[in-house]
Amino acid sequence: MEPVSTVRGKALPLDRPNVDTDQIIPAKHLKRIERTGYGPFAFEAWRSDPDFVLNNPAYDGARILISRQNFGSGSSREHAVWAIQGLGIDALIAPSFADIFKGNCLQGGVLTIELPDEDVDYLMARAEELPESELVVDLESQRVSTADGSWTRRFDIDPYKKHRLLRGLDDIGMTLAQEDDITAFEAGRDDAAYPRTEP
Amino acid sequence: MSEPKTLAGKVWDQHVVPGSPQEPSHLDAPGGAAAAQGERPDLLYIDLHLVHEVTSPQAFEGLRMAGRSVRRPDLTLATVDHNVPTIGRDQPNPDPVSATQIATLQGNAREFGIPLFDIFDIRQGIVHIIGPEQGYTQPGMTIVCGDSHTSTHGAFGSLAFGIGTSEVEHVLATQTLRQVRPKMMSVEVTGELGPGVTAKDVILAIIHRIGVHGGIGHIIEYRGDVIRALSMEGRMTVCNMSIEAGARAGLIAPDETTFAYMKGRPHIPGGEQWESALARWSELATDDGAAFDTEVTLDGSEIVPYVTWGTNPSQSVTVTDRVPDPQSMPTETQREATRRALEYMDLEAGTPIREIRIDRVFLGSCTNGRIEDLRSAAGVVAGRRVADGVRAMVVPGSGLVKRQAEQEGLDAVFTQAGFEWRDAGCSMCLGMNPDILLPGERSASTSNRNFEGRQGPGGRTHLVSPEMAAAAAIAGHFVDVREVMSWSR
Repeated sequence: MEPVSTVRGKALPLDRPNVDTDQIIPAKHLKRIERTGYGPFAFEAWRSDPDFVLNNPAYDGARILISRQNFGSGSSREHAVWAIQGLGIDALIAPSFADIFKGNCLQGGVLTIELPDEDVDYLMARAEELPESELVVDLESQRVSTADGSWTRRFDIDPYKKHRLLRGLDDIGMTLAQEDDITAFEAGRDDAAYPRTEP
Repeated sequence: MSEPKTLAGKVWDQHVVPGSPQEPSHLDAPGGAAAAQGERPDLLYIDLHLVHEVTSPQAFEGLRMAGRSVRRPDLTLATVDHNVPTIGRDQPNPDPVSATQIATLQGNAREFGIPLFDIFDIRQGIVHIIGPEQGYTQPGMTIVCGDSHTSTHGAFGSLAFGIGTSEVEHVLATQTLRQVRPKMMSVEVTGELGPGVTAKDVILAIIHRIGVHGGIGHIIEYRGDVIRALSMEGRMTVCNMSIEAGARAGLIAPDETTFAYMKGRPHIPGGEQWESALARWSELATDDGAAFDTEVTLDGSEIVPYVTWGTNPSQSVTVTDRVPDPQSMPTETQREATRRALEYMDLEAGTPIREIRIDRVFLGSCTNGRIEDLRSAAGVVAGRRVADGVRAMVVPGSGLVKRQAEQEGLDAVFTQAGFEWRDAGCSMCLGMNPDILLPGERSASTSNRNFEGRQGPGGRTHLVSPEMAAAAAIAGHFVDVREVMSWSR
């Protein structure tokens, strides 16, 4: 994973609660075996509406997406994160995110920033009124700010996740460095008490 | 005496790999000290990893590129369920992209030495049906799968949750997962269910109460007399839809019902091992006085059959009720979401649920594709006919469920009534195989999600119990299954 530090850009206002992963990337596009190429199908059904925000050229190049509670609900498909990255989005702002989706974002280096409803209200209205205005998300200082600095909020992030994102660390590599611990755990319990899938 | 623990807390603690992840040394420099106090993820050991064709190819490719192997193929099981057609399996897959994905899993299983229940194996089926069926799912285990309905396995008192593809790769390589310990929620359903009210109605009532976001960050433990009285099939239905309430997982303490279901299944220990396992499993239940972060109680005697009217599983009413008015919602965001949902569903506020006509009926899925679900639905269908203009299909959850149903003559009950009888798979639950709704079609479905386009672009899904779906198939519109029993056959 590439290290993540600052995301600066236009913000796309997606003013709907409970946006589910079937909207982000419909199941019929999950049949491929690659990690890339999902962007063109992101929000496919909603994009068929010419008034949908993604069809508004004023938001072309947006790098931040603002939405409502429980964003990313539903399926565990990491393709949802790949699809959002395929749109060029690197940070998401919402009052809450679905757990599996949030975990998948961490894996892919997409920032999930949880802010209180009133802050999301403000950013949503601002993005709707001023499509060209930019936001800056800075992971090191844990702040979301308007580009002119007139509005800024601190966001919480788990220190472990922050550390990982800032350094672009690979979870598997870190865990394999502790392989002895895993081997010791297996040796220290009654492994035969657990079912084997091999005959 | 040690501090009282919850069921989920016990399973969690038993699976934390001690060692360096507890040391903050790699978190030195900025944030290091805070990290030591933060929600440090535990390294959890995984007892069973279920794999299917859709969320695994990129994970195996990751292993290949890094030159890594699968640490415990003997704790890993693969099957094909999401993409597979449910008829005409002797023919080439009509979708070449799906065919490639299935062939990729077959190749990966061979290359990495993972057992695979392939398409012509009688044990093939929906991944959350086959684990319990084979006795792989046992109390106190940690179980993961690249699928959000992995919570199903929690019905046995195991800690089971869905993961993304990167995490699939992590488990394949290390047999562990880094996870922050979730909060604990107790959902107690007291009293007794009335006739015609099922486990599906219980979970729809729970989701209606706490909302699709109510369980975020939590593991739900379902408790109370109603839960205790449910069969294992019913408990799996409840735990299956935990994710629909936003929860990380859902589980139920194992008891005599659990043990009776498990005994004698292929991978359940026998003899002395069974006795020692029982002793171990019996200690898993939540201790008296254990603390939950959130507690919810429902009166089971007040639950009646539910039907969803909207585009998420919390947007439901009882079958005797009407489609709600957006103006009755408390916030503007909810009013707007309700308007959008009614527009998508092509429903008018105030319409009685029982006047909603349907085009399709789907009986199946990891939520309601088990033998008991088919028996219950067959009880409604027997001696009756599917209404004119309605296309109804039954898709057993596994090859073994299908065979069992055929041995009991259920296939004849369904086919004589005009239902299609199909091979096992995810089928019409998720719109990624040939079984889909056409744009504008309306279904009564026993599956778990009514999201826009879930069963096919433009399709409209109403979630119900197997009995309610069967009754709707006969009537051509929603009906209260409690009335149907009095109809002539």
